[in-house]
Amino acid sequence: METDLNSQDRKDLDKFIKFFALKTVQVIVQARLGEKICTRSSSSPTGSDWFNLAIKDIPEVTHEAKKALAGQLPAVGRSMCVEISLKTSEGDSMELEIWCLEMNEKCDKEIKVSYAVYNRLSLLLKSLLAITRVTPAYRLSRKQGHEYVILYRIYFGDVQLNGLGEGFQTVRVGTVGTPVGTITLSCAYRINLAFMSTRHFERTPPIMGIIIDHFVDRPYPSSSPMHPCNYRTTGEDTGVTCPSVEDSQEVCATSFSTSPPSQPAALGAGSADLAHPVVFAAGLNATHPHQLMVPGKEGGVPLGPSQPAHGAQADQERLATYTPSDGAHCAATPSSSEDAETVSNGSEGRASPHDVLETIFVRKVGAFVNKPINQVTLTSLDIPFAMFAPKTLELEDADPMVNPPDSPETTSPLQGSLHSDGSSGGSSGHTQDDFVMIDFKPAFSKDDILPMDLGTFYREFQNPPQLSSLSLDIGAQSMAEDLDSLPEKLAAHEKNVREFDAFVETLQ
Amino acid sequence: MPAHPTLERTPSRVAPGWGEAPPSLLWSLTSAWATDCKMNCRSEVLEVSVEGRQVEEAMLAVLHTVLLHRSTGKFHYKKEGTYSIGTVGTQDVDCDFIDFTYVRVSSEELDRALRKVVGEFRDALRNSGGDGLGQMSLEFYQKKKSRWPFSDECIPWEVWTVKVHVVALATEQERQICREKVGEKLCEKIINIVEVMNRHEYLPKMPTQSEVDNVFDTGLRDVQPYLYKISFQITDALGSSVTTTMRRLIKDTLAL
Repeated sequence: METDLNSQDRKDLDKFIKFFALKTVQVIVQARLGEKICTRSSSSPTGSDWFNLAIKDIPEVTHEAKKALAGQLPAVGRSMCVEISLKTSEGDSMELEIWCLEMNEKCDKEIKVSYAVYNRLSLLLKSLLAITRVTPAYRLSRKQGHEYVILYRIYFGDVQLNGLGEGFQTVRVGTVGTPVGTITLSCAYRINLAFMSTRHFERTPPIMGIIIDHFVDRPYPSSSPMHPCNYRTTGEDTGVTCPSVEDSQEVCATSFSTSPPSQPAALGAGSADLAHPVVFAAGLNATHPHQLMVPGKEGGVPLGPSQPAHGAQADQERLATYTPSDGAHCAATPSSSEDAETVSNGSEGRASPHDVLETIFVRKVGAFVNKPINQVTLTSLDIPFAMFAPKTLELEDADPMVNPPDSPETTSPLQGSLHSDGSSGGSSGHTQDDFVMIDFKPAFSKDDILPMDLGTFYREFQNPPQLSSLSLDIGAQSMAEDLDSLPEKLAAHEKNVREFDAFVETLQ
Repeated sequence: MPAHPTLERTPSRVAPGWGEAPPSLLWSLTSAWATDCKMNCRSEVLEVSVEGRQVEEAMLAVLHTVLLHRSTGKFHYKKEGTYSIGTVGTQDVDCDFIDFTYVRVSSEELDRALRKVVGEFRDALRNSGGDGLGQMSLEFYQKKKSRWPFSDECIPWEVWTVKVHVVALATEQERQICREKVGEKLCEKIINIVEVMNRHEYLPKMPTQSEVDNVFDTGLRDVQPYLYKISFQITDALGSSVTTTMRRLIKDTLAL
């Protein structure tokens, strides 16, 4: 049994430990990005996948890790720590977890470096993948975006557990014995999240114009700066955003409210330079701010369930969320009854960040709003054949939301076109009997030789007979007759019970 | 990023001294070794209490986590008995009925196979009409080729048993609480699994090319888990299933 490691083994071991440390940091930070991670298996070895695991490398994270390691390796008394913390939109921050990669003196001289140590390090990374999804900070990080962000910090040296509050818990991910010491990977995490919930409820007044600059760099005294855990890992693009991330300190302060018909508000051109998420939140249901916030990560799902105060006449506020980072999710979520133009509609058809930031908002009149805007002309109304709509109609009357039309009235635009040759003027609300059409020239039809042209078709099928089941005659049948006929119906059904059973079987 | 060394190793024999036994001692060695392995077989038991619709996801979470640790990349053997290993990808899976996310190996074939058997388990639980108790077993084994007329033996070296208790909940509020509680419980189970994995106890030695099918399941396209089999049974309140026990007894007797 050799007591000294030969030089090749020693070199290999050092390399393994170094890359293990780098991969550990990648796994931890990627698990706190707030997104689901997915990498592909590859049956043929690529030669660049350390520990036979497909773990992507975010360049900035590698850079930070190497900076923290500064050419050294985790050793006894020199642990590598990754600190995960949470920072709210108001600037409060709280440490959530500390992941420690430590080395102790207990050596395993008999283990083979290039074989067993490598495999066990691979197994430890798999365990780390599993454990990072299991600590409380994972669920918090999946919901990050608007009220808070998750930041990471890497440091080397002594583990500092003071910031985790009282009663923090520890979970050991695993250990690997090597000829120079035993590598231990563990996590200490805060369980006292009471700070979070009290701050949450303190924010009862509506949140107007909260802006989160996720990439503000506030280095703590005598410690490494915090970094956010929420940018896309799309390879080259991260390199582009990184420099601006570190440098920019600008904050874009714009908020929306609907009290006056707002003047067009252009998102400042200055913000186009910033690659950070900009959030405008008009708090409606302040007790449930989460419901209003569109999580940009989820692909800009437009707000469905949580509706604002349904006062029909109430001023309504707009909610728009942008996360113009690499993937450029832009979700503008108007409240349901507004007709206002939005920058982009949901997650389909994303504009590039540049386009989004420079679009101008123009408000159109919406339903339930009592302020007619004179400059909106008929032509800009969203009804078909607006040109043919009777011009004597008021704006609000024409709006189908305000005056739900009766069935004949839905054809009013068409009627307008029908009357294009004949009389014009108020035709709303007429029944068919009042029409006297001499020369029927429907739109888009050619008046040619075919016997069955569009006009004829239209005339003939304009008044179809009513469905017998809908006619009132059947309803006139009395209840007593109904009950009387029941036994016969039951008997008939019972006879057919086998068929029904067979049918049910086919459904299962 | 500098490439890591392509690990080329010379694997050692699967079982020490196996091939050297003289034929006359074959039989006794088989049974002795088999008994040894059976006695050394690690057995881990996990228990979960879930609502009916959570059964599938809870089982998949546990099984996938175990298989994540017990799968490697595909082996590619080269001349001189060396081999290289493919890459295993991973992906996060969010559960719909539990506040929980687990990591699984990126292999659609493996996922399909697990979902199939978990689906059968869920259906059996539902149709049993009993107390809603059941268990699934994930068994890792090695194949021992025997000479004619003896068939190949399957020697388990690790067995994971997950016992499930299905509860029925009445109100939506209870269900919501159950979502969170089961999520927390599963977190604990994952930590337990990782603890066991971390003990670095017996693992089959890396096989030669001719023996690889006795240790690994080489039938999948992108990953290579250790040979495993999954079985389940619906149990009564005493934790035993009469039919299965009888069947197993008979099978074991005949196998010997």
